[in-house]
Parts: sequence; C-alpha cells; structure tokens
Amino acid sequence: MLARTAENLFWLARYVERADFTARIIDVTSRLAALPQSYRGAGGEWESALAAVGALNAFNASFSEATESNVVHFLAFDETNPSSIHNCLEQARTNARTIRTALTAEMWQAINSGWLELKSFEERRRTGEYSGIESILPFLEFVKSVSLDFDGAAYRTMLRNDAYWFNRVGLYVERADNTARLMDVKYNVLLPKSEAVGGSLDYFQWTSILRAVSAQTAYHWVYRESVKPWLIADLLILRKEMPRSLIYCYDNLARFLDHLGKAYGMQATSQRHTRMVLRRLENASMEEIFQEGLHEFVTRFIDDNNRLGGIIAEQYLLV
Amino acid sequence: MSKTRFFDEMNGYGDEPRALYAKVAEWLARTPPDILATRRAQAELMFRRVGITFAVYGGNDDTERLIPFDIIPRIVGHREWSKLEDGLIQRVTALNMFLSDIYGAREILKAGILPPDIIYKNPYFRPEMSGRRVPHDVWVHIAGIDLVRTGEGEFFVLEDNARTPSGVSYMLENREVMMRLMPDLFSSYRIAPVDNYADALLAALRSVTPASARGEPTVALLTPGQYNSAYYEHSFLADRLGIELVEGNDLFVKDEIVYMKTTEGPKRVDVLYRRVDDEWLDPLAFRPDSALGVPGLMNAYQAGNITITNAVGTGVSDDKAIYSYMPEIVRFYTGKEAKLSNVQTWRCREPDAYKYVREHLDELVVKEVNGSGGYGMLVGPHASRADIDEFAKKLDYDPANYIAQPTLALSTCPAFIDDAVVPRHVDLRPFILTGSEGSRVVPGGLTRVAMREGSLVVNSSQGGGTKDTWVIEDTNLVAKNLEGKSLETKGA
Repeated sequence: MLARTAENLFWLARYVERADFTARIIDVTSRLAALPQSYRGAGGEWESALAAVGALNAFNASFSEATESNVVHFLAFDETNPSSIHNCLEQARTNARTIRTALTAEMWQAINSGWLELKSFEERRRTGEYSGIESILPFLEFVKSVSLDFDGAAYRTMLRNDAYWFNRVGLYVERADNTARLMDVKYNVLLPKSEAVGGSLDYFQWTSILRAVSAQTAYHWVYRESVKPWLIADLLILRKEMPRSLIYCYDNLARFLDHLGKAYGMQATSQRHTRMVLRRLENASMEEIFQEGLHEFVTRFIDDNNRLGGIIAEQYLLV
Repeated sequence: MSKTRFFDEMNGYGDEPRALYAKVAEWLARTPPDILATRRAQAELMFRRVGITFAVYGGNDDTERLIPFDIIPRIVGHREWSKLEDGLIQRVTALNMFLSDIYGAREILKAGILPPDIIYKNPYFRPEMSGRRVPHDVWVHIAGIDLVRTGEGEFFVLEDNARTPSGVSYMLENREVMMRLMPDLFSSYRIAPVDNYADALLAALRSVTPASARGEPTVALLTPGQYNSAYYEHSFLADRLGIELVEGNDLFVKDEIVYMKTTEGPKRVDVLYRRVDDEWLDPLAFRPDSALGVPGLMNAYQAGNITITNAVGTGVSDDKAIYSYMPEIVRFYTGKEAKLSNVQTWRCREPDAYKYVREHLDELVVKEVNGSGGYGMLVGPHASRADIDEFAKKLDYDPANYIAQPTLALSTCPAFIDDAVVPRHVDLRPFILTGSEGSRVVPGGLTRVAMREGSLVVNSSQGGGTKDTWVIEDTNLVAKNLEGKSLETKGA
C-alpha cells in the first residue's frame, strides 16, 4: 500500500475517534456544570474538560475565562483550535478524500455526510437558529453518530488487509490516549482515599467518568457493586472486556500490528514496543498502580503511547 | 430564441414521439412535475453523498460544485449505435496510426497531406517522442470523441479528445442513480450495461505493459491531487480498477525504473494511467516548476520501462487544426472514407477561409485551435456586436490560431428544468478503449446538456449538465431465472 495512503488511514481513524471523545467530554462536563454548586466541588469543570482533550494552553492563548460558552465554542467549532470537533471532522474528510480508493463506499459516505451535516449545523448556528447549551446536545449526538457510522462501516465493509489494520491501529492509539487523558485529569477523585473524603460530591465525578466512556451499565455488569473509584480505574486500565480500557486498546494494537508484521514479513520496533506496553499492563495490579501513583502511571503510559505513534510513522509511513 | 426547427431526440421533427421514446413520453405524460422534482432532488442528494463533484475554475465561493444532472434519459437505438461504434473505432484506429507515423516515418507529411508546420509548430507536438515506439503501437488508450446530431441518423464529430478525456465517471454514476431512482422505466427497456467499463479499461491498460516488466503488471493512476477539477473521477476510477491512486510525490525513479513508495518499501510501476498533462509530467523534461510530476519519469519512459497512458505527445492529434484534416487522415491510413463525418471547418490559417470567416463572424462558431472546455470561443449568433468586434481583434492578430464552424442545429432532448419539461441541446461523448487486442466502445457515453434555453454550450465548466445515455440492445436476451429455494425463516 502507498505509504501516504497508510498515513491517511491512520490519521483518519484518529481524527474521527478524537471528535467522538471531545463530544463525550463536552457532554459530561455540561452535565457536571449543571449540578448545584454544593455538589460541584472546587468547580473548574470546564478547565478540566480542556485539559482532558489537551487544549488548555491553546484555549488560554485566545480566551481569558473558561466559561461554558467559550469552552464549548472552542472545543466544538473553533477553527483556530487544531483539535476542535470542526477541525477533526474537516481533517478526517480531507484525509478521506485523498484516499477515496482505500475506503469503502460506506466509509466515505459516513465521513462525507458527516461533514455536510457539520456544515449545516454551523450554518444554523450562524443564523442564530441554534444557540445555547440545549442546542449543543443534538450536535454532540450527531458527532457520536458520525463515529458510530464510520467505525461501523469500516468494521462491516473493509477487507481485512493492511488498510484495515492501519485504520484500527490509528483508532486504538487515539483511544488509548483519550482514556488515559480522561483518567489523568480526574486521577485525584479516583484515588482510594477519596471515597472517605468525598461522599455524594465525588459520586457525580465518578459517574461522569463512566458516562464519558459509555460504561455506567458496563460497570455494574463487571463488578456488581456500587461505584467505587478504584474499580473505575481498574475498569479503565486493566479490564480486557472494557472496549475503552488501556489494556483492551493495547491488546488490539498488538494484534493488528502483528497482522501487519506478518503480512509484510517483518516484526520491528513498533511490534516490540507494543508488546512491552501490553505486558506491563497484563502484569500490573491496581494495588501496584496506586502504589506507584496513578498520576505517574498514567503519565508514563501517555508518553509510551505517543512514542508508539512516532515509531509507527518511522517504520511504515515515512518511506 | 432561434426560429430554426431542431431535431428532437424524443419527438424528431414532429410532435409524435419516436418509437424509441414512446415509453419515456408515456412516463413523462403520467408523472406530475412535483414527482419529477422529487426525483431530481433525490438524485442530487445521491450525488452529494458520494461526493461526485467538479471544481470550476474561477468560482472561488463554492469549490466543490455538482454538475447539474437531468433525470430524463437520452436514448440511442441499436442500429444508430452500431453505426456510431464502427465509425468511432475507425477514427481511433486512424488516430493511433497517425501518431505512430508522426513520431515515426512521417509518411503523411511526405505525401503532402498535411502542411508540416501544423505538426512542428503545434504546442502539443513532443520532439522527445520522435523515433520512439510505444507498446503495440497504441498511443491513445482512452479516447473521448464528442458527437453531435443534427437529424435522423445524422451524427457529426465535433471534437476528438486524445489526451486525458474525462467524464466517464458521470457515465457510470448517472447510470447508478437512474437505476435506483426509476427502476420501472429503466427495466421497461433493454439497456446495454456500462458497468463493465472498468474491467475493459483495466484489461486494456494491462495489455500494454512494457516488455521489461516482470510478473503481474502493476498499474497506477497518477492524479494532480484532490484540488484538481476532475479529482473525483480519478479516485473513482482507481477505485473501480482496484489500482493505486498516486500523486507525483508517491513516485520516484531509480535507474530508469519507476517505483511507488509503499508501506513495504518501493514497488515497481509498469503502467501509469496518468491524468496529468504532458507538460507537468516530469520537471526534468518539461516544465521545471511542476510539483505534480515525477523527476526522471521521461527517462524511464524512453528506456521502455514504463508505459504511460495515454502516451506522451497525443495532444498533437486532437488539436482543432488537425481535426479539420481528419477525413484525409482517416482515408490516408485506413484506405477508406471516414464513416463519421466532420463538421465543416474553416481553417483561418488559409487566406480564403480567413476572409470568409471574417465576413461571417455573426453566423459562425470560432474556436481557438488549442482551446478546450468552451473557454475562448465565440458563438456568433449569440454574441453582441461588441463581443464580435473584440473577438475579431484577437482573430486578426493570429488567424492561424483559429478555426470556425457553422452553428450546428444541435439536436435537443427533453430536460426537466425548474418545473417543466423543455427541449435543451445535447451532445454525446462515447469512450473508446484501445489495448493490444484492438479497440472497443462501451455502449453508452456521457450526454451533456446545455441547461440554458437556446444555449449550445454543453461544457460543464460553462454550466452544462449531464444525462444518463441509454443504448438499447437489439437481442431479446432473457435472463435466466434464479432457481434457488425460498429463504429460510425462523421457526418455519
């Protein structure tokens, strides 16, 4: 496959996944921010949303105050924010257009219709037909539906060859990064000691994390007990059955990179690095992770995951 | 509005539909305009969703525009079609022989059939190709020949496109949309399928692999990239052919062999279906400022290590000055009269013709010899006095750069415009594929429609639209029925 095609497939999947994650973050943050002050703790919900999607510095460069409308605009529509939903969908569509031939008709239609719908949402916002937080909810639903459509189209229609594997690798690198960031922003409420301190205040924080990864029901299926912060961390890091957990992402990365290695007749740095990270997750327990420090663990993971992105580019994309 | 009575594809010269169109006429009679409008809106939505767009140069507000699609089909009968088919194959055969000759022995110049400067001064003549042969002597692998009709059985060639003709994606997508939108009308005719075009094209491309290639030939499609006006078509074709869609940067040349950069390292390319014009192909051979090309490509080509389709230098054959000599060219190479007629053409390079054209500018269509896309032409009967005077200055400055033709009584075909069915002028571009096994024409083509009342300009860059073109099969092939069992159901 053309190296440029592989690169576009990889980034296309990342941009769609990122748009989805950003939509989820806006969604849960707006719920948290709507709670009465007494449940909200120290506030700063919108700042932590910005931190979770890695946009805090960029935001502070253009805005003086993290109000709801500023942050929502910045994360969803701002063209100066490279990771805004607008830019993610725009980039995804540009990437898709360059490699139309590597996509199935269904994938292209999902991304192209998504982009057209985005334009129409933005047009309605400009004309004032849509404004305020109520109007953002249908928009977020729409963004999630784009990623469902696109991902479903990829899963159901792509040949299982290198094109599919690069798409999946992009998806899981991005998702692992997103889940890790979400935990890093909220790590303080996930520590075991916080249960005693917290009470109902933290309960909303915990459930909002679960909500962000669509795992409220999943949590109960897995643990069959009330929401405990360390179990949320366990679910998001070590549970292989949880499709957004770090270990699930790496299990898949190892699998898809192995497919690539076998098809191309060569296992190299990216395969070794992935197996190293996967082994560390498989051998870890929550006790050890809390001992090391959740924040330290997650930070190291984010660095390792970024390194994997770089290694994949070197090995396959920059011929 | 002109008083001329035009031949109408549906009604001929009368008010009764031709037999071929009886079912369409009946369908139009019983379908209210709001249903037609709904169908048209559905079609537009389908085109938008697949992203079949066309960038129009000079319009910066909306860079991805849809070409208007008209939902009333254009129909060509079996007998008409098989005559056209013969004529098209003859013409393409002559074009290929002409190119072999021009870049080879130049017998046609020695015989005095063409004035030599028409070749040597032609901007599309490539001296780099002199003395070169191409695999199987095929130069024009894909030709698009524009035809117009003026009456029952009267077709003329308006223009040959032997460089990188476009539009075939519309032929295929229009068909797709029509089959989905009006299955009943569609199935009431026996319409020859067009969807084997991609297979036929791939077979033609693979058949001209260079002798030095090893194993299965690798074919790639070279595009200028996603900002090119025909990018959709490039990606569409690469997709249908199952070949890589490459940009200049994806290719490199080493030791006179062309490679593409892949995730598994360099991979040799044997046949390059290029949709990039000659002058942009290789910055070392042609325009040094080209970022679209591949440095060293011409070396590899001249060394016989890659086949470029269409061949470099074919532009010399589809030029409008050469066009006027096509009847002579066909006769010279095939020994027979051309089966397809040319439109009468005045070459302004000839003093008598120039004088005639100068005196009849208000009746004629005057075109630049190397122009395309409907740019830089004068349509006399529709031009203002000021336009004509302005154009006359350009003509006087360089007469040899122009040819003129009578304004043809182009046939019309019913089109659904706004909320009514009205006649609009049409042309037809069939596509002819040539490989080592000879030429074939896919039964169909691109019918272009001048959407404005009375307009004769059908080019998409000038706001023209398209229609699906139905070629009717003559044989009564009966599809074999499926003999399968009924589907199983739960609990049955």
